[in-house]
Amino acid sequence: MTATTTAPPLESGSVDVVRLMTDIAEKVSGPAADEVDRLGRFPSETIDALRADGLLWALVPREFGGLGATLSEVSEGLVALGRQCASSAMVVAMHHIQVACLVRHGTNDLLRSYLAEAVEHQYLLASATTEVGTGGDVRSSVCAVDVEGGTFRLEKQAPVISYGNFADGILVTARRSEDSPENDQVIVLCRPPDLELEQVGEWNALGFRGTCSPGFVLRASGDADAVLDQPYGDISTQTMLPIAHILWGSLWLGIATAALDRARRFVQAEARKRPGTTPAAALRLADVSALHQQFSDLVRGSVRRYEEIEGDGERLSAIGFAIGMNSLKVSASTLVVDVVRQCMVICGLSAYRLDGPYSLGRHLRDSMGAALMVNNDRIMGNNAQLLLVHRGE
Amino acid sequence: MDQEIRQVLAEHGRLAVDVSSLDENTDLFAAGMTSHASVNVMLALEDAFDIEFAESMLKKSTFESIASIRAGVLEMTDA
Ligand SMILES: Cc1cc2nc3c(=O)[nH]c(=O)nc-3n(C[C@H](O)[C@H](O)[C@H](O)COP(=O)(O)OP(=O)(O)OC[C@H]3O[C@@H](n4cnc5c(N)ncnc54)[C@H](O)[C@@H]3O)c2cc1C
Repeated sequence: MTATTTAPPLESGSVDVVRLMTDIAEKVSGPAADEVDRLGRFPSETIDALRADGLLWALVPREFGGLGATLSEVSEGLVALGRQCASSAMVVAMHHIQVACLVRHGTNDLLRSYLAEAVEHQYLLASATTEVGTGGDVRSSVCAVDVEGGTFRLEKQAPVISYGNFADGILVTARRSEDSPENDQVIVLCRPPDLELEQVGEWNALGFRGTCSPGFVLRASGDADAVLDQPYGDISTQTMLPIAHILWGSLWLGIATAALDRARRFVQAEARKRPGTTPAAALRLADVSALHQQFSDLVRGSVRRYEEIEGDGERLSAIGFAIGMNSLKVSASTLVVDVVRQCMVICGLSAYRLDGPYSLGRHLRDSMGAALMVNNDRIMGNNAQLLLVHRGE
Repeated sequence: MDQEIRQVLAEHGRLAVDVSSLDENTDLFAAGMTSHASVNVMLALEDAFDIEFAESMLKKSTFESIASIRAGVLEMTDA
């Protein structure tokens, strides 16, 4: 389970995270994408390549040994990865969300020294927020942390943990104690050898097949300091939720960009056959390009919005910001399907075929997962509630 | 005023414990109030005291305890 590669020593001057991630996306993830999808296998070549360049913990500040990358750099890297292999990009996005939580909220001594170790070994972190019994309502838990004599113990029935079998550690949500109500949650870093995963069922899904996301019964124990100090509610509001929506949105934008690339090449090939006549599909291409631009501006604008206030817990907790980050997720997950679908109409049968350079089957299947990763209806339900008291910007 | 606040919490806070047993500094979120419920508490307080909380007060810390709610309500009624 544990990675053996270590990050290269840091040179002075900044590492070009976007270029490195883009190179890996194009040279490593792209060529493997169809096989990863067909076999539903873990995209280990992508993870190994990112690991070798120290990119898995790029968000960690330099003082703790990381690359000190910004959220916008990681976001751009994920657009590039999503463009080549959405499963790889989803694994990397989910991992970076966990990293961001540890960087921002894992402030006790144990978690700070874990950070240094994780950077050195380039651990891959997974997430277990969803639970049997609460459905997609990640802000309540059934399981509880049992702390006794400085040691925690935890068991969770997780219906889906992406790359659970390939992760070096998992951030797990649970009730603070056996006596706590379901929404008084904490998040715990669980890691081998005190982490046991008993797989339940298989992951054979429509899309994001390479995320390898079956269910597990998770049993863990360890030093009680592996429980993050701040309540999960605050960590979720300020970090996990906005960063998840931004990084998911980034890779979904990558999927849409790949589809647009294919549609553009298709229309241009048509145009070359009959110079002088604008192909009928060119108008539709103009249409979907405008939609893609909305999508791109939405994602990039949201990253900026986060970065502007990232050090300010109060502003990150504001109602208007929460509504904005929720709307981002719902819009982005809708736009990705709309763009891919329109590109399929442009390329016609060439896109519908599962082989050939214009095929969009994988993109369409992957894009359909976006609306259910924390169901859009739940998110809109939250916004409906928040808007009852929001005073406007 | 505390009585009215407790009344609102009993009706809308969906707490895991009896409101009358709460200390004025008990963390209401730790006592089971969800963020969803806190919005309802906010709306009911606005109705009960005929106030409108300012944007700057619409944050978790304002609704954290009976004492913080009282301070918030007083700030708006004095305004
Ligand atoms: C590719 C992929 C990877 C994932 N990886 C992970 C992972 O690594 N770790 C993890 O913890 N989770 C993961 N998830 C789970 C994900 O985050 C969601 O929690 C999960 O998909 C929700 O499952 P559900 O649709 O069965 O449940 P629900 O969200 O309960 O939705 C079921 C239905 O109930 C409706 N519904 C229920 N309650 C409400 C409500 N209050 N308001 C509105 N509608 C409601 C929904 O609209 C929907 O129709 C992953 C999901 C996907 C698709």
